[in-house]
Amino acid sequence: MTARAATAPAVAVAAVATMTAPGPDRGRLVHVEHVMGTALSIHVRAPLPDAGAIEAACAVLHDIDRRFSLYRPESELSRLARGEIEEAGLSPDVRWVLAACDDLARTSGGAFDARHHRADGVVDPSGFVKGWAVEEAARCLDDAGARNYVIAAGGDILARGESAPGRAWRVGVRHPGDPTGVIAVLAVRDGAVATSGCYERGAHIRDPRTAAVPHELVGLTVVGPSIAWADAYATGAFAMGLEGLAWVHGHTGYGALAVTSDERVTWTPLVEERLVRETRGEPPLSGSSHLAGVS
Amino acid sequence: MVRRAALSISALALAAILLLNFQGPGQASTLVIGTAGSGSGIASGTSSGAVSDATLAPTSGTTSGSSGSTATATAGPATGTATYAGDLVSTRFGDVQVQITVTDGAITDVRALALPVGGHSGQISNIVEPLLRSEALAAQSASIDVISGATYTSRGYATSLQSALDAAGL
Repeated sequence: MTARAATAPAVAVAAVATMTAPGPDRGRLVHVEHVMGTALSIHVRAPLPDAGAIEAACAVLHDIDRRFSLYRPESELSRLARGEIEEAGLSPDVRWVLAACDDLARTSGGAFDARHHRADGVVDPSGFVKGWAVEEAARCLDDAGARNYVIAAGGDILARGESAPGRAWRVGVRHPGDPTGVIAVLAVRDGAVATSGCYERGAHIRDPRTAAVPHELVGLTVVGPSIAWADAYATGAFAMGLEGLAWVHGHTGYGALAVTSDERVTWTPLVEERLVRETRGEPPLSGSSHLAGVS
Repeated sequence: MVRRAALSISALALAAILLLNFQGPGQASTLVIGTAGSGSGIASGTSSGAVSDATLAPTSGTTSGSSGSTATATAGPATGTATYAGDLVSTRFGDVQVQITVTDGAITDVRALALPVGGHSGQISNIVEPLLRSEALAAQSASIDVISGATYTSRGYATSLQSALDAAGL
C-alpha cells in the first residue's frame, strides 16, 4: 500500500502560467494536480484569479492528503488505524469528517459506512474526504475572486458559475464500458456531479451491510449541491442498487442516474431537468425518468 | 412498496427502449485495434501528448500524465483542427488510449486508438462501441467541459477523456 504513497508525492506547484487569450471574457486557465492518488483538473474561466490562488488550493489538497490518507503511514487516520491515537486525540476537522460519515451511515442504513466497509476493519472515510477536500480547496478560488470554474477530482466534479456567459458547465457522464464513451451530458451551475462504479478500480466497493460486492449496477452518478455529499451518496446508492435511486431522490436537491450491469440506464427527475438533449440525430437517452410522479 | 413497484415497472419499460438503442444500427466498429495483454506497438503511430496536425492557438505546458507531476496550461479558444491523444497505457484489461479531435475549440471526434478486446472488458467494448460513437457525436455538439466517472488513479487518468480535455485546454 505504501507504493501508492510513493507514486503520489506531495509536489509543490512549480509554476502557474498566466497567459490568457485576448479579450476580457476569453481568459481561461487549466491546471492539473496529481494528489490523493488521482489527477485533479482545475478549469477556470474569466475572471481569472491570480496564480497564488491555484497554489493555495493545491496546498490545501496536499495538506488534507497528508492528514487523512491511509496510504501515508504518518497520517492521522493511519495512526488511528494502528491504535497509536484515540479518536478524541484527532484534530477537529478529522473528527468532523468522521462525524459526518457516521451521520451518513445512519441515513443510508449502513450502505455508506466509513467504519465497516473494509474487510480489515480500518476506519476509512475516503469516500467522503476527497469531495470535502475539493470544497475546502475551492474556497481559495472563491476568495481570490474566481466565479466560474470546475474542479474534476478523479471523476467527481465541482462546478461554480458558468463555462461562458449564459452557458452552464456541461458534465459528461462516462460510459462504464469505455473511456471514450459518454452516456449523458448534464448542465450544471453551482453544483456537483459524483460517480461510483466498479469499472475503473475493479470491485473495490463492498456493501458494508453484507460484505458483498454489489452487482446490480456498474455505475451510479449523483447530481447535487455538495461534492462531498454527492460522492458519499453515490457510494451508498451504488451499494443499494436500483433502490439507491429512490434513496438519493429523497434528499432535497439531489438526483441520480444509474447504469445497470445489463447496460440499462435510468435516472431520477432532477437528473431529467439537467440532461442536455442537444444532439445530432438520435437522442442519447430516450424514455423518461422513472421516478416522475412517484414521489 | 408502491414506489418500488412503480420503479421496477418503469425501469423495465425503459430497459426495453434502451436495449433497442444499445443494439440499434451504429457506425461500423473498426476502432478496436488493441490486443488484450499485449505490449506496446499498437498505437497507430500516435505518440502520447498533444499531436497537432494543423494550426492551433499556442498551449503552454501540456499535461504529462505521469504520477506526481504538475502542469499548467492556459489556452484561448483554439482555431483550426488538432488532435490530442492520451498516453497508451497497459491495463489489466489490455491497452487503452483515447484521442479527441478539436476543431475551432469544440470536440469534433472522440475515438479509441486502442481498446482491449477479448474477455469481459473487450466484450463490453465491442457491443457498446457503435452506441458510444453516436454518443460521442452527441457529446461533441453538447461541447462537454468535464467528465464524471468512477474514481480513477493518477495512472488511470492518462487514459481518460478528462486528460484529453485538459490537454486541449478546452
